[in-house]
Amino acid sequence: MTVYAAPGTEGAIASFRPRYDHWIGGEYVPPANGQYFENPSPVTGRTFTEVARGDADDIDRALDAAHGAAPAWGRTSVTERAIILNKIADRMEEHLEELAVAETWENGKPVRETLNADMPLAIDHFRYFAGAIRAQEGSISEIDGDTIAYHFHEPLGVVGQIIPWNFPILMAVWKLAPALAAGNAVVLKPAEQTPTSILFLMELIADLLPPGVVNVVNGFGAEAGKPLASSSRIRKIAFTGETTTGRLIMQYASQNIIPVTLELGGKSPNIFFSDVAAARDDFYDKALEGFTMFALNQGEVCTCPSRALIQSDIYRDFLADAVARTEAVKQGNPLDTDTMIGAQASNDQLEKILSYFDIGKAEGAKVLTGGHRAELEGDLAGGYYVTPTIFEGKNEMRIFQEEIFGPVVAVTEFADFDDAIKIANDTLYGLGAGVWSRSGSDAYRAGRAIEAGRVWTNNYHAYPAAAAFGGYKGSGVGRENHKMMLDHYQQTKNLLVSYSPNKLGFF
Amino acid sequence: MSDDVRPGQAAGSPPARVAVTDDAAALLVKLRDKHGDLMFHQSGGCCDGSSPMCYPDGDFITGDADVHLGDLAVDSFTVPVWMSRSQFEYWKHTHLTIDVVPGRGAGFSVEAPEGVRFLIRSRLFTDDEWELLRD
Repeated sequence: MTVYAAPGTEGAIASFRPRYDHWIGGEYVPPANGQYFENPSPVTGRTFTEVARGDADDIDRALDAAHGAAPAWGRTSVTERAIILNKIADRMEEHLEELAVAETWENGKPVRETLNADMPLAIDHFRYFAGAIRAQEGSISEIDGDTIAYHFHEPLGVVGQIIPWNFPILMAVWKLAPALAAGNAVVLKPAEQTPTSILFLMELIADLLPPGVVNVVNGFGAEAGKPLASSSRIRKIAFTGETTTGRLIMQYASQNIIPVTLELGGKSPNIFFSDVAAARDDFYDKALEGFTMFALNQGEVCTCPSRALIQSDIYRDFLADAVARTEAVKQGNPLDTDTMIGAQASNDQLEKILSYFDIGKAEGAKVLTGGHRAELEGDLAGGYYVTPTIFEGKNEMRIFQEEIFGPVVAVTEFADFDDAIKIANDTLYGLGAGVWSRSGSDAYRAGRAIEAGRVWTNNYHAYPAAAAFGGYKGSGVGRENHKMMLDHYQQTKNLLVSYSPNKLGFF
Repeated sequence: MSDDVRPGQAAGSPPARVAVTDDAAALLVKLRDKHGDLMFHQSGGCCDGSSPMCYPDGDFITGDADVHLGDLAVDSFTVPVWMSRSQFEYWKHTHLTIDVVPGRGAGFSVEAPEGVRFLIRSRLFTDDEWELLRD
């Protein structure tokens, strides 16, 4: 067990500046309007730094820097870009612990997750796209013996990216790695709840990227996000967040006729078929862990398995074991490597989750465990902690239909295969799903029948590069985490060439 | 939360689907001075979801995919409240009151820079109200 010292205290391996400006053209640039906003740590609820409050002027300056850098960056060879991405990965690996502690301090998630998931995944993501861009080939079509269509990949130019607060560094890297590999320059706006850790990363890798290739402007959505998303000077916008903002961003994009990738909400079903309980063995133990995955990252994941569907004949026994497993989740100081669940990312989020406890109870759902704020002591007393919560109810209830984005799972039972699929698909969303069965054919058929972009089969919450991730239905457009994401950041240039000396004969 | 809740414009029969608290109404007066006419679209899902997003009126383009829940009567002006039709299917039994609390706001909603955020308070319609709404 290790307990990392809090940033700003003696012995801390990561420290923050007292104030952060925008990152434009490879250096810190004060906000044009001179304004800053406070950034509290969810671990304690206390402000640890202040951050530039950007507006349209700052977005314009960042776009100037990006447009200045984009032509030369787009002409670099894929070899050069791959080397840089690999160097970024190496640099992050050398500083993995500092990055993990910084991320935990800003977001509230347990450091064992940032050490073992967020940062290793982010590092690997750069390496994956370094490899993918090297291996990418254009294509040719032989139209006839003398006529050839050549297809080249070209960068889009300058792109905009708006990042959520639940995985501040990892979600930024999911978008940065393919964009940079493809040769684009980026203006990135982090979430106002987590504006700092990405700047911590930018400082670490500043010497590796040409100035202006990545620019970071912080601020509020209405003041900084909107001028970026609606700018006529970006060739693409990528967004992860909620549905109404996603629609608004698409509307802005339609005015500029630019492509959009959106990763929006989810209400993911996690289905446990009868044969899961055929033996009390390693697989059963794994399935119980799979159920408890709703508490990963405090439930602040778009793919949180927030609806557990359990087959009727094992319902009572499996649920009893699942409650026991959930009650064994250790909550505490996020900087302690033994802690399994940390703080919700903001006070707003805490209040929203607590309001859903009231909504669930008012609708008649039964609380099997949790259902309240977790009161921690000492420095943690002001932090935003919630006890992992299991509700039992019906799929029509709001707690089954709305994304709570907290450590809350709503459980119901199903009779048979068809019933399971019907309940699973009765949702506006289609991002993730889980299927647990010892029968390969049942698991396969269920996975194909569920309307979701990612169906974890006998596992959950793994996010390896090379497995495409994205939504069906109201959950978005595009596929991240896979080389197909390169297509979302590239133009196709077709040269249609005639090698024939002969005229067509039309004129 | 303020206990004084103003009914939406359509108060009477059938009952209004939306209302606004005095605190939220006062903020809307202030925001209208800054941004002009306003609108709400109730969001769904993900990080900042399930929040009433407040935009300059017309900034968010509504269409057949949306339901107009009603208009909030605020001083001399009104603020339309919208929700996506698919989400309304799950919320149609619910009366919504727009309130405001300290916080950071979300998405592109215009109140966030003021250090506050709009919040939905909801309750299920009574059987009597629901009968009137269905007619």
